[in-house]
Amino acid sequence: MSEALIELGAMIALKRPDAVLASDVAHGELTLTVALQHLEDLVEYLKEETTARFSTLVDITAIDHPDRPARFDVVYHLLSMYRNHRIRLKVAVREDEMVPSIHALHPSANWFEREVFDMFGILFSGHPDLRRILTDYGFRGHPLRKDFPTTGYTEVRYDEALKRVVYEPVKLVQEYRQFDFMSPWEGAEYILPGDQKGTAT
Amino acid sequence: MDGDIRRNTYDDGSVDIETGEQRIRNFNINFGPQHPAAHGVLRLVLELDGEIVERCDPHIGLLHRGTEKLMESRTYLQNLPYFDRLDYVAPMNQEHAWCLAIEKLTGVAVPRRASLIRVLYSEIGRVLNHLLNVTTQAMDVGALTPPLWGFEEREKLMVFYERACGARLHAAYFRPGGVHVDLPDQLVEDIDAWAVAFPNVLDDIDGLLTENRIFKQRNVDIGVVSEKDILDWGFSGVMVRGSGLAWDLRRAQPYECYDEFDFQIPVGKNGDCFDRYLCRMEEMRQSTSIIRQACAKLRVEKGDVLARGKITPPTRGEMKTSMEALIHHFKLYTEGFHVPAGEVYAAVEAPKGEFGVYLVADGTNKPYRAKIRAPGFLHLQSMDYICKGHQLADVSAIIGTMDVVFGEIDR
Repeated sequence: MSEALIELGAMIALKRPDAVLASDVAHGELTLTVALQHLEDLVEYLKEETTARFSTLVDITAIDHPDRPARFDVVYHLLSMYRNHRIRLKVAVREDEMVPSIHALHPSANWFEREVFDMFGILFSGHPDLRRILTDYGFRGHPLRKDFPTTGYTEVRYDEALKRVVYEPVKLVQEYRQFDFMSPWEGAEYILPGDQKGTAT
Repeated sequence: MDGDIRRNTYDDGSVDIETGEQRIRNFNINFGPQHPAAHGVLRLVLELDGEIVERCDPHIGLLHRGTEKLMESRTYLQNLPYFDRLDYVAPMNQEHAWCLAIEKLTGVAVPRRASLIRVLYSEIGRVLNHLLNVTTQAMDVGALTPPLWGFEEREKLMVFYERACGARLHAAYFRPGGVHVDLPDQLVEDIDAWAVAFPNVLDDIDGLLTENRIFKQRNVDIGVVSEKDILDWGFSGVMVRGSGLAWDLRRAQPYECYDEFDFQIPVGKNGDCFDRYLCRMEEMRQSTSIIRQACAKLRVEKGDVLARGKITPPTRGEMKTSMEALIHHFKLYTEGFHVPAGEVYAAVEAPKGEFGVYLVADGTNKPYRAKIRAPGFLHLQSMDYICKGHQLADVSAIIGTMDVVFGEIDR
């Protein structure tokens, strides 16, 4: 299985040398790192090419790496029901860059791109209807970015006096609990209170 | 002119002058979010021309709980119960995908008995889901008896869930490395006895629905899905099989020990709502057969149900005597286990279609990013395409056979 995938990856890299930056097989899954400007072209090639035939779009998502210059990885999963294999495409995107929409090739990309826009704030050029999808009407911010707090910024409640639902800034009676189980012996990067006296040596 | 609703254009370029009453415009209605046929909290904005649907805009996210964000701040084991709350109709099938993803990254091999139990409970989940779907879809198109009969059987299956793990719905039974506890022998016997009797109940539901004139009028030739639509809209599961493509991940990309079970993959012919109903009915029969095979294998296959090691707790007995085991137990349930860095996509054939988990691990005890790929998300997306040109009453029939549950769509 994985020899066939390595071969497939090498074949695609050979046919589209400027689009494929790297090809890698790990855990029996083929991952191609793709240049952003050639993404659309590669997806079309993968759909049409008879030995690949990645005709089904399985998923589009993104990963946030706030410490990288190209902050986001947009990840595409494709499946071929005819050849019975899968592929993953990864595109690195800077925060100010736009990703070409692939909804013309795969209509199912529509909602996935809306979701990525909603959750990460990545813009897709050429998307017909780039609205928020999962979050509330009038929501601000992009929740799956690493710098967005899990508690969010606003909370809602029904106001008895105004007779409607009101939005208010989040008030926590107790700090949101982020447990840290890293043992101080296994490379914790912080110093526990009191320990700074002992580590003078 | 006289009562003519057309707007005629004449040779000199002039058009009929219409009175206010004659100017007909399309009608927008809200379907849901609290419509009983919306299967949860779906809000559809429908644009109607008379009774014909011109445009259908689903508004989702009313049940959005931010599962993926929450998962980033919890350990791998703490994240497992979130999966029960996605598709709450067949909870264990979701947990399965999460366990498979972790096992793939950590390289843990599941003991055979645990693997058989997983297959057994995945199939019970499939019957649970299809029973709910087939019968409530029938209710959406006007039949009241099927849900009453189907839910009686679901109740029995819920009891099997409860006897295995203590919870009727939110099971948290599949764990990375196996299943939480072993099944008692009597439970396997009872499940087998249920599986012997269940086809009769299916025959009863079959007798109520399959040749029912009203049911057929409401379902035949409604919501036809072609092969091209399947590829365009990324369908999976029964939405694919109802149109004649024998695509089933249990067969195509076998996981667990599905390759040693004997089962058929039913396919439809026309790809309409009625064929999808027939597929689900037949899948229940096939699942019942898998359940019986799994029970037979479980009778002879004894042994441990967890791959003892870093990612699973030690046995209770061991903890009484071994200090290391006690420390391991404590560390496992506080810090949790660490998963080696890497990324993996694990998919299972959930009752609704391909349910996948894309897991990005960074070597710590928490996932860096977990993406849940729900089949219903893609199915619901095609509502506009499939409903266009159908009557308003068909919308509920189509939602029914698309098998949407908002726990997994909104996440």
